Amino acid sequence: MALQSLDIKARSATTTQPPVVRDPVHVAKLIDISKCIGCKACQVACMEWNDLRDEVGTTTGTYDNPRDLTDQSWTVMRFSEVEVQPGRLEWLIRKDGCMHCEDPGCLKACPAPGAIVQSVNGIVDFHEEHCIGCGYCITGCPFNIPRISKKDGKVYKCTLCSDRVAVGLEPACIKTCPTGALVFGSKRDMIAHAEGRIADLKERGYANAGLYNPEGVGGTHVMYVLQHADQPELYAGLPKDPHISPMVSLWKGITKPLASFGLGLAVLAGFFHYMTAGPNEVEEDKEHTS
Amino acid sequence: MSELVKRYTARERANHWFVALCFILLAISGLALFHPAFFFLSSLLGGGTWSRILHPFIGVLLAISFFGLAARLWTQNRISDADREWKKRLGDILCNKAGNLPEIGKYNIGQKYLFWTLVVCIAVLLLSGIVIWQPWFTPYFPIVLVRLAVLAHAVAAFLAILAIIIHIYSAIWVKGSIRAMTRGTVSAAWARHHHPAWYKEINKGS
Ligand code: HEM
Ligand code: SF4
Ligand code: SF4
Repeated sequence: MALQSLDIKARSATTTQPPVVRDPVHVAKLIDISKCIGCKACQVACMEWNDLRDEVGTTTGTYDNPRDLTDQSWTVMRFSEVEVQPGRLEWLIRKDGCMHCEDPGCLKACPAPGAIVQSVNGIVDFHEEHCIGCGYCITGCPFNIPRISKKDGKVYKCTLCSDRVAVGLEPACIKTCPTGALVFGSKRDMIAHAEGRIADLKERGYANAGLYNPEGVGGTHVMYVLQHADQPELYAGLPKDPHISPMVSLWKGITKPLASFGLGLAVLAGFFHYMTAGPNEVEEDKEHTS
Repeated sequence: MSELVKRYTARERANHWFVALCFILLAISGLALFHPAFFFLSSLLGGGTWSRILHPFIGVLLAISFFGLAARLWTQNRISDADREWKKRLGDILCNKAGNLPEIGKYNIGQKYLFWTLVVCIAVLLLSGIVIWQPWFTPYFPIVLVRLAVLAHAVAAFLAILAIIIHIYSAIWVKGSIRAMTRGTVSAAWARHHHPAWYKEINKGS
């Protein structure tokens, strides 16, 4: 591998094991929603580092801007106004983007070899030069993240700044966050850091504060500290128990190797039937077979 | 040369082979995405991206031409009692030792099953294929439907390809069949032996 820090442990549409003898640090980004002020500096930093410029949109009466993730906007702040306790309005601001799942549905679904890779350190990255634009990753993702570009038909999403992390830098959004709501480090350190924050939140009356690191996708390398971890849906529809859809698992699981084997078997069965039973010929007409 | 019997008109043959060519291109480009073991097939259509782009357009051509052909053959593919009797003897037939078979018409029950399998599969492939057609149509459908469609498409494609493997093998196995689609005619002996009721029917007219 060119960069040991980006050793690949899983590669889309590849049936053999990529090199995994080394075990670099597993990284994680921690997003502490209780500290986020919604300034969108991280959105700007992402655009700047990754050289992205989305089209200027229109105001629709919310602070969400742009309205949704696109091939040019890999992270967007989603603003939700909720009343968890009646009469007590809370403004929950969630930085949305790829969660870098430990068990990534996008990678599982992708049919193009090497278009999606997962580094040993946990980053799930799209290699657009191998992408064929089928959109299967969108079908596979439980978080509705990948977006197809209208310009080149390839799919884009947050890279967790794999290019920066590879050389020992933190992602651009982390570097720019003015409140410390975004932190980056080893996954173990981030969980420890989150525990401190959660204890603090509980002390301040958020009895259900907790860490969002969903087991259904094997845990994620982007985690949230939530004030209301029992109701992640409050945060602009963050799924409570995300997992790869059973339909996707059925489509991409053992069925396909079995089906491929079945097709091969059918061809072989024909071949051996012919070689043993022989052709089906009409007696009077043997000389005129075609 | 012994007596020949007309089985397919030039139009029917052209239609059949157009469907066949489309099907092969679809199977190649589809299987390339189906499992990594087949991805190399995408080179035959100019790479993964070209396979992905071309596949659905060829699919629409196939669906139009297939249903054109199917409409012509529809009524001849109704399953009869003679077919059911014939089916009971399938073991003997496959071992090339069947005599005194029930008199069947233009198609045997295997051919009829193939016909109906393809009618269902191509319909499913067309409908599900439109749902998973990026970037034009997929964004208009809810994700649950897209997931269902991609699964249905893979299952229907598997069944259709399996059916076609059997179809091609049958044509190779039963000598004298291929010329029905290449030349339009079969020998009278072939017709009498394999499709006696059909043979009688066409001779009634003449
Ligand atoms: C009838 C019209 C059809 C349409 C509109 C259609 C469309 C599609 C589309 C949009 C895809 C996704 C990849 C891509 O964009 O190229 C696809 C995949 C596929 N198609 Fe079709 N298709 C059709 C017919 C067929 C037929 C007849 C076969 C079988 C020979 C077939 C076999 C496949 C397979 C195996 C896949 C890959 C599925 C997977 O990854 O699990 N398709 N098709
Ligand atoms: S959030 Fe979606 S795009 Fe990101 S790694 Fe998980 S499945 Fe892939
Ligand atoms: S769109 Fe690209 S990255 Fe997504 S599944 Fe298809 S080939 Fe893979």
